[in-house]
Amino acid sequence: MSDLTCKVLVLGGGPGGYIAGIRAGQLGLDTILVEGGRLGGCCLNVGCIPSKAFIHAANEYDLIKRYSEGSETGISTAAPSLALPKTVAWKDDIVTRLNTGVAGLLKKAKTRVVEGWGEMRDGKTCVVTTGDGETRIRAEHVIIATGSYSTELPDMPFDREKIISSTDMLSLSEVPKRLAVVGGGYIGLELGIAFRKMGAEVTIVEAMDRILPLYDRELTKPVMDRMANLKIKVMLEHFAKGLDKKGALRVEDKDGKASTIEADKVLVTVGRSPRTDGWGREELDLAMDGKFLKIDEKCRTSMRNVWAIGDVTGEPMLAHRAMAQGEMVAEIIAGENRSWDSRAIPAVCFTDPEVVSAGMSEAEAKGAGHEIVTAQFPYKANGRAMTMEDESGFVRIIARKDNHLVLGLQAVGGEVSELSAQFALALEMGARLEDIAGTIHAHPTKSEAVQEAAMKALGHALHI
Amino acid sequence: MGVHVIKLPDVGEGVAEAEFVELHVKPGDEVQADQTLADVMTDKATVEIPSPVAGTVKWIGPEIGETIAVGTEIFRLEVAGKGNAKDGDSAPAQDKPAADATAAAGDAEAVPEKDKTHTDGHHPSRMAPADKATETADPQPTPEQEAAPRPAQPERKVAKAGVNAQRPNGAVRQPGEKPLASPAVRKAAQDRGIDLRFVHGTGPAGRVTHDDLEAYAAGAAATPHEARAGAAPNTEIQEVKVIGLRRKIAQKMQAAKQRIPHASHVEEVDVTALEELRQHMNATRHDDQPKLTILPFLMRAIVKGVAEFPQVNARYDDDNELVQRYGAAHIGIATQTDNGLIVPVVRHAEANDLWTNASEVKRVSSAARDGTAKREELSGSTITITSLGAIGGIASTPVINHPEVAIIGVNKMVTRPMYNEQGQVVPRKLMNLSSSFDHRVVDGYDMAQFIQALKGYLEYPATLFMD
Repeated sequence: MSDLTCKVLVLGGGPGGYIAGIRAGQLGLDTILVEGGRLGGCCLNVGCIPSKAFIHAANEYDLIKRYSEGSETGISTAAPSLALPKTVAWKDDIVTRLNTGVAGLLKKAKTRVVEGWGEMRDGKTCVVTTGDGETRIRAEHVIIATGSYSTELPDMPFDREKIISSTDMLSLSEVPKRLAVVGGGYIGLELGIAFRKMGAEVTIVEAMDRILPLYDRELTKPVMDRMANLKIKVMLEHFAKGLDKKGALRVEDKDGKASTIEADKVLVTVGRSPRTDGWGREELDLAMDGKFLKIDEKCRTSMRNVWAIGDVTGEPMLAHRAMAQGEMVAEIIAGENRSWDSRAIPAVCFTDPEVVSAGMSEAEAKGAGHEIVTAQFPYKANGRAMTMEDESGFVRIIARKDNHLVLGLQAVGGEVSELSAQFALALEMGARLEDIAGTIHAHPTKSEAVQEAAMKALGHALHI
Repeated sequence: MGVHVIKLPDVGEGVAEAEFVELHVKPGDEVQADQTLADVMTDKATVEIPSPVAGTVKWIGPEIGETIAVGTEIFRLEVAGKGNAKDGDSAPAQDKPAADATAAAGDAEAVPEKDKTHTDGHHPSRMAPADKATETADPQPTPEQEAAPRPAQPERKVAKAGVNAQRPNGAVRQPGEKPLASPAVRKAAQDRGIDLRFVHGTGPAGRVTHDDLEAYAAGAAATPHEARAGAAPNTEIQEVKVIGLRRKIAQKMQAAKQRIPHASHVEEVDVTALEELRQHMNATRHDDQPKLTILPFLMRAIVKGVAEFPQVNARYDDDNELVQRYGAAHIGIATQTDNGLIVPVVRHAEANDLWTNASEVKRVSSAARDGTAKREELSGSTITITSLGAIGGIASTPVINHPEVAIIGVNKMVTRPMYNEQGQVVPRKLMNLSSSFDHRVVDGYDMAQFIQALKGYLEYPATLFMD
């Protein structure tokens, strides 16, 4: 067994962990990052990035297919074909480039990477099973960044053949003819829509009475409309009950009425669970907050000098939250005075159309006791949207009635995920409606709808 | 009926938190004063938490196994009379005990100590039953009230902010609501340790601007001494560059403390007999002989001591894991110069008689002070003496002169009443030796034995001169 010592040990090389590793290294802290798989975690390897590659390919394929069927744009073309293994290889290449990039950034920051599964022995010791045996790492500070994994349904464990997770979905060798998606959250919808566009017949089974339960009904309606348009079958208030003998997916509605869905693949996307086991948590004395590790506003756990960041610490399980936490913890360890004070963690959903939200929803703002004004500006009235053949969706703004402080911003529409930056900046800077209305937005862009929404909330929208 | 809040008491010296290990009551139980409510475990011991009053358990904060900080609310009892909780605090206990009270406790934990009263003060509006009418009817605290813990907020700022008489800038911050400030302002505040909740925001919607932060920082500095008589506080900071000899000293000290695990040892030596001898020798010395201090005697004791304990008269090359034990006793003499500490060396002290060592000490330390010491007079020591005896001090923890392995410190000699063999109290001259050893190569046992040998020589000075 070889022994290493360091100032900071980061357990997990996902977006939170590798950012913590880079920042700690930049700050001159002797840092070791332990990763059992590939650098970048779920996000880079089997999540955010690869799924976006698939969604892009699916959109392009779908576009050409539509053009091949005739288009008002005047474009005509032959019907496209799709070689999924090539798409997968292209996606893998992007992932590998990013892996290498992360490794390079860590190296540049002089952070060492130990490859292997790490298990904590106590609050300062981690034993890593590497290719050449065990390495014991002693550290002054430990940052737990173990992330999360796809939740399994007890009746329907992943067999990686028929019942698959999003990870398996991103490595298929052919587009399944019939795809059933269990779970109408953002992962299921993103992949369901993409594979529908690639040619699969898609059925989405959701237990609640609507899709994307994290967003309000108004915001998700354009997505529902688009799915209807794409002929994706959505079964709300239906519960997956496992496979029958012939391999069809059994479902029951809320009244217990059973039916089956013929499917070649069943994608289960019912959420993600924090990875709180398998890395020696039982050796530590960490207080829990439900199924998550309990942290405070400085990402401290209940043990001194043991920190935790990212999905293992709670909702929202988003890479950019983990990254911000990782950066903050590295700075705190380096002696800086930091604590979590973000006003908004924007969330995006790469469905068709895309959904983006930052800050409070209408209901949350009312729940917090605010008297609010709210306004929506539809993309039907936006020139740029028309020229992009996608007029679906709108931008919505929510502000306090008394001082017009913007409390929340949401949008649904083509490529609105890029508005997340403006939304978050407005909230962090404490913008009022007048600030957004008084900021010149370039014409013609989809961002104009944000300014128009603010103007509308002030009672003087120009283009509606 | 009132509510008595029990917080985790200070359960032991230096204990900041404890684990909640056993609970002896449950909500609804009647308890008597002094009845044990729970056991908490610190890393030192398990401690019982008694009830200070008789009452009924309404709420229990932590769960078994939870580690809680000292000062965290752990129980709420309903008691006869007023209780110790503020009115607002008692509301949730009656209405929605579990959920709200947990939230309250959680909040109290999260806010900095100085802010506790502030947060508590807002509980009434926050904790009131979720009745919309009540809530809006409640007079909301104005920012001025929010800043209550800082009553000396300059009034002009309030006036400047008073765009709207009732609601300056419409900025009514809800209890628990984050102060509005851009990320840059928040970072600047964190860097300076300023809690933005106390800073009055003059920007749009009550946003705290960089100027507000500056004004607050200036105000914070000005506030305390307005009320104070006497001199203004001196806020000057002088920057002294660590250069030259000071840098050398700093590097050497850092290397010594980083590399060497120091073990220190303090022993009391009765130097009455030695002092008699020294005074006699000084009284009868020749004109060409120097005046004797205690140092040459100590050097002689060291010379004899290291002959028996060669492990302390050595240089440890820790990079190559090699200890060089010296036959010679090259004794370093820690010397204060105008520029800082220098350690000139009396070479081959074992070959010198008392008078020679005395004059050598004088010569090398003068040379070090006036900067004429030669290189070999400033290096090569095998053991060092540091004497602060003239100044005072009961004991010291000297830093080893790396790469040596031992340093002997001399503390101030004092006359103390001591029992003699007949049980009578007699005045004796006593002096402490405070020494440090490199514990990697000198064991505690040897170190104590070596110091006992020195003590023996110094207490029976005749033995210093016998072979």
